[in-house]
Amino acid sequence: MVDATHHGAGPSGDGQTRREFLYLAAGAIGAVGAAGVAWTLVDSMNPATDTLALSTIDVNLAPIAEGMGIVTMWQGKPVFVRHRTADEIKAAVDVKLTDLIDPSAPATDESRVKKSPWLILIGICTHLGCIPLGNKPSDMRGEWGGYLCPCHGSQYDTSGRVRHGPAPLNLAIPPYNYTSDTVVRIG
Amino acid sequence: MAHTKTPSAFQNPLIRWVDDRLPIFTMISKEYGVFPTPRNFNYLWNFGALALVMLVIMIITGIFLAMQYTPNADLAFDSVDRITRDVNGGWLLRTLHANGSSMFFMVVYIHIFRGMYYGSYKRPRELLWLFGAAIYLLMMATAFLGYTLPWGQMSFWGATVITNFFTALPFVGKAITTWLWGGFAVANPTLNRFFALHYLLPFVIAAVVFLHVWALHVTGSNNPLGIEPKSDKDTLPFHPYYTMKDLFGMSVFFIIYAAVVFYIPDYLGDADNYVKANPLVTPSSIEPEWYFLPFYAILRSVPDKLFGVLLMGGAVVMIFLMPWLDTSKVRSAKFRPWFQWCFWFFVADALLLGLVGSKHPEGIWILLGRVGTIYYFGFFLILLPLLGWFEKTLPLPASISESVLGGGKLAGSAIAAKPMEKA
Repeated sequence: MVDATHHGAGPSGDGQTRREFLYLAAGAIGAVGAAGVAWTLVDSMNPATDTLALSTIDVNLAPIAEGMGIVTMWQGKPVFVRHRTADEIKAAVDVKLTDLIDPSAPATDESRVKKSPWLILIGICTHLGCIPLGNKPSDMRGEWGGYLCPCHGSQYDTSGRVRHGPAPLNLAIPPYNYTSDTVVRIG
Repeated sequence: MAHTKTPSAFQNPLIRWVDDRLPIFTMISKEYGVFPTPRNFNYLWNFGALALVMLVIMIITGIFLAMQYTPNADLAFDSVDRITRDVNGGWLLRTLHANGSSMFFMVVYIHIFRGMYYGSYKRPRELLWLFGAAIYLLMMATAFLGYTLPWGQMSFWGATVITNFFTALPFVGKAITTWLWGGFAVANPTLNRFFALHYLLPFVIAAVVFLHVWALHVTGSNNPLGIEPKSDKDTLPFHPYYTMKDLFGMSVFFIIYAAVVFYIPDYLGDADNYVKANPLVTPSSIEPEWYFLPFYAILRSVPDKLFGVLLMGGAVVMIFLMPWLDTSKVRSAKFRPWFQWCFWFFVADALLLGLVGSKHPEGIWILLGRVGTIYYFGFFLILLPLLGWFEKTLPLPASISESVLGGGKLAGSAIAAKPMEKA
């Protein structure tokens, strides 16, 4: 019988080496198999394909009067569409980037808005996920006239940039483009 | 655990037949019948048994509620309403379960504070304490998951805020949160898995309770004096002394539980949770159930997101580390004059943080939240380690029986002769 060993050790030494190899090989295969099954379990909790299916929604901007905003749903998330007043736009444009908590791009008002006066944002506070107030003119809007989160008091300006903590980031901007002068497609 | 072949000591042939094959009756007799237990327990030692009773009540009521509940985002809210209005006795099951969580936490908080006061976490009971802390952590997870199920406004937004804690983690935060949700926001997939986990975790808790009790029966119970029993005179058999004492405590506890269930069933709840979940409107004020308020206050006392979340997690970690943070050899606070003050300040601090957590974070409440948070961590990280070095502890009694039976005044021989008459 030919043992798979090149060492000149005695019979017991051979058996040991071979057995250790078999243990390791079997253990490694078993671990890979277990990890594969475990990943299936873990991954099953990630968003399913129907959830992921990228949906788009069209928003008609015509009925939204100056100073008003609407909230619409995209991928289960609220999206703010706000028709800003001239004062609000001026306030947003005049802000120096050095005054911002989150000056990472897009931070200038020009880079955050595709077509003035329309401000389109994902309406989820970047702190712990509440919906900030301020899209309706009757809401509290905070010191910077934009949005105020009722949960932990974060405040955003009229470009959706965070100006007062605890939120660390500016409000996110969804992908969107204009299909006509008055219709915007989000997604 | 011993594999002895001695025949069972039981007379009843059926019990004997079973016991010879699986010595379960011998085990029960050993661990709950004759089990030597310190003779000087006060009523604070009821709360471990009460916690077990609450776990059983929660599991039983929960199983029957699950038979009527529908874990679907469109149907959940109405199915809970149906349980309250249409299911026979459903109003009682639901009220017992919803208020049961509050009673469970109340009992467990007293149990934890009792352990802290009498030094029950100290050598050799560190592992026992760790199992207990693990149970507490699992309870918090279970309570949070369960609170989501009625799918009211507070359910939805509570779930949103808590799951968003994970977005504070650098790099992986977003992916973890999406994974937890099974989508891009709290929605139906989230409710489904929360229901599955809410059903699972109580049984995990039961398993850790088994380990907790096992560890307790290896080291034996601590007691108000914090000294180990030295002889038979220091202990009593668990039955009937403490079975009866626990049953009495349980009766009193049930009166309080029943008063809440029948007279103020919604007192501890939040009116917003009678409004169906709306992903487009956040309630004007989000606050967790009372038993989470101190941690919520710690979270909000920090203006930085990641640090706030870490500090809140750290507040729970402190409990786990307590056996190693406390450097004093003396267990019971009865003999630790300084620790006693620090402890009662800590209890007051926990209550203060609870109050702060229920208020809007503005004005004086921000300051009080920060002061409370500093003391919370100062108690664990500064006072506990330092007291062991500087505190002059009082002399410990020679034994439990000497202290309890009026020791010094009577002749030692008299006590030794007739200990039971003095009990």
